[in-house]
Amino acid sequence: MKRGSSKHLWAYGVLVPVTILVGLPFIWLVCAAFKSNQDFFTSPFLPRGEGLLGIAWDRLTLDNFRTLFARGGFARAALNSTLLSSVIATLATLFCAMGGYALARVSFKGRQWVQWVVLAALVIPPPLLLAPGFEVLYHLGLLDRMLGLILPALAPAFGVYLFRQATLTSVPKELIEAARMDGCSEVGAFWRVALPLLQPMASAFLLITFLGVWNNFLTPQIVMQTPGKFPLAVAISQLKNTYYQDYGLVMAGTLASIVPVAALFLLLQKDFVAGLTSGAVKG
Amino acid sequence: MSIAMEELPERRTKLGSQGMKMHGWLLVAPFVVCFLVFTLYPLLSAGRLATQQTFGPGTARSVGLDNFYQLFRDPLFWKALRNTAVFTLLSVLVQMPLALGLAMLLNRPGLRGRNFMRLVLFAPVLVGVVFTGMIFSLLMEKRTGLINQFLHAIMGWDLDFAWVEQGIMPALVIATAWQFTGFNMVYFLAALQSVPEELEQAARLDGAGAWSRFRHVTWPAIQPIATFVILLSIIGNFQLFELPFILLNGKGGPNNDGLTLVMYLYQTGFQTGDLGYASSIGWMLALVLACFGVAQRVLADRGTMPKGARA
Repeated sequence: MKRGSSKHLWAYGVLVPVTILVGLPFIWLVCAAFKSNQDFFTSPFLPRGEGLLGIAWDRLTLDNFRTLFARGGFARAALNSTLLSSVIATLATLFCAMGGYALARVSFKGRQWVQWVVLAALVIPPPLLLAPGFEVLYHLGLLDRMLGLILPALAPAFGVYLFRQATLTSVPKELIEAARMDGCSEVGAFWRVALPLLQPMASAFLLITFLGVWNNFLTPQIVMQTPGKFPLAVAISQLKNTYYQDYGLVMAGTLASIVPVAALFLLLQKDFVAGLTSGAVKG
Repeated sequence: MSIAMEELPERRTKLGSQGMKMHGWLLVAPFVVCFLVFTLYPLLSAGRLATQQTFGPGTARSVGLDNFYQLFRDPLFWKALRNTAVFTLLSVLVQMPLALGLAMLLNRPGLRGRNFMRLVLFAPVLVGVVFTGMIFSLLMEKRTGLINQFLHAIMGWDLDFAWVEQGIMPALVIATAWQFTGFNMVYFLAALQSVPEELEQAARLDGAGAWSRFRHVTWPAIQPIATFVILLSIIGNFQLFELPFILLNGKGGPNNDGLTLVMYLYQTGFQTGDLGYASSIGWMLALVLACFGVAQRVLADRGTMPKGARA
């Protein structure tokens, strides 16, 4: 082991400082969220004092979070974000799995066309559709409504494509045929045979979508007008204008917005990384 | 991109095949409906809107090709295009070597703490860009910001340097690198799994140096994924919006040095209310991105990339 460690010496010499550098903003953020405004400037991380490890633990405060929930409309925004992310992630996963499965394992007239549409849709840059998409929502009366954020996000081509690839590799044709022979309907074969086999992809996609919606800023910024309907990304960005001098409050809001998704990720880490890179490896 | 569709076995009965047709469409219906309403229709509207001037949605005046004519003479558009291109170039130049280097270091067999370091390096991508913007706007404060204090401590950096006002471009590149280097690194780590170990060892035995092993063994094996990652990174960086939007409070910054294409699109479309002009900016963006895509295909077809590697 000793030889091994010295062999890696200069690898550690690079990796450890870089890891610390990348981790520092997180540590700084956590410290900032629990500091009072007056300690914010006097100490880069935790205020120094007589306590354990030379830190004045008693000067740390939960006030920022109290204010956040009392004043910032934070709870409402957190609820909105949770609602939007869960609904979209669940339905989009289901719809994309259905579509991807059908393209890979069900023969129907026009399938080739749908196939092409999926691939074509993948290369459209989203900003191109911002203005006309806004116009569509206006004509459908969906502006400033949750549905205006939910409906367009329900079946992304990217997801259909991922699930098509996943079906080709992990749902054997023979199994589906056997199910059909046994009198299973197409929908039944999808639900009872294919979906369980697609579960790893489904959980990865569910997470990616949840995270994507949670972190999305531009769409809700354009579609939503009533502050009570803002998700966290928009609500937090407004804190910057309203309470900019209140650094601790702003950082508490940021921290509280990051923690739920970070926790979700840590719980389901393996699936997540596999899912994020699966496009590259198979594509 | 080849669409390898396996042929399905002969249909058994007429009824069965009818059922399959129906159910096939039923299963793709959510995608098809969503696509028609929220992708295809807007795409067609984007074409119409590019020839119109609007004052908010539902008010349109046809202007022919005036939008594009105006666009070519619009200094702000060129400024935004130039900023975006410079940012993309710098960002890719900083991130790619870093991501590949870190991946190669992490990939050494027997390295302890690898999973932990990988997790930390990857973590920033989980943070929404808006939240990254919030964090960095305070980290980059003059005098009190951690970055200035840190740089001041190690190299006597000017504590009063205002990143957002004086150096928005480096600020954007740094924050983006913090956020996405680890993400790109994970792709490279996956790619490095396909480097043939025997070849690596044979080269080592033959006395090939580190650079020559990288050049002749590692790079050819990872090149397909590397080009794909670079293309993705270019496309992603070209659509930069949230970060400067947050750092600069929705404006372009001093001299509009932080104005990007998508920010300009947002400003014209949703602050000025001209969805038509915004759409024509959208088309220019699409055109630039299409050029990158085509360039990548041409490179791939020239045979510099192994077969089957086309993204």
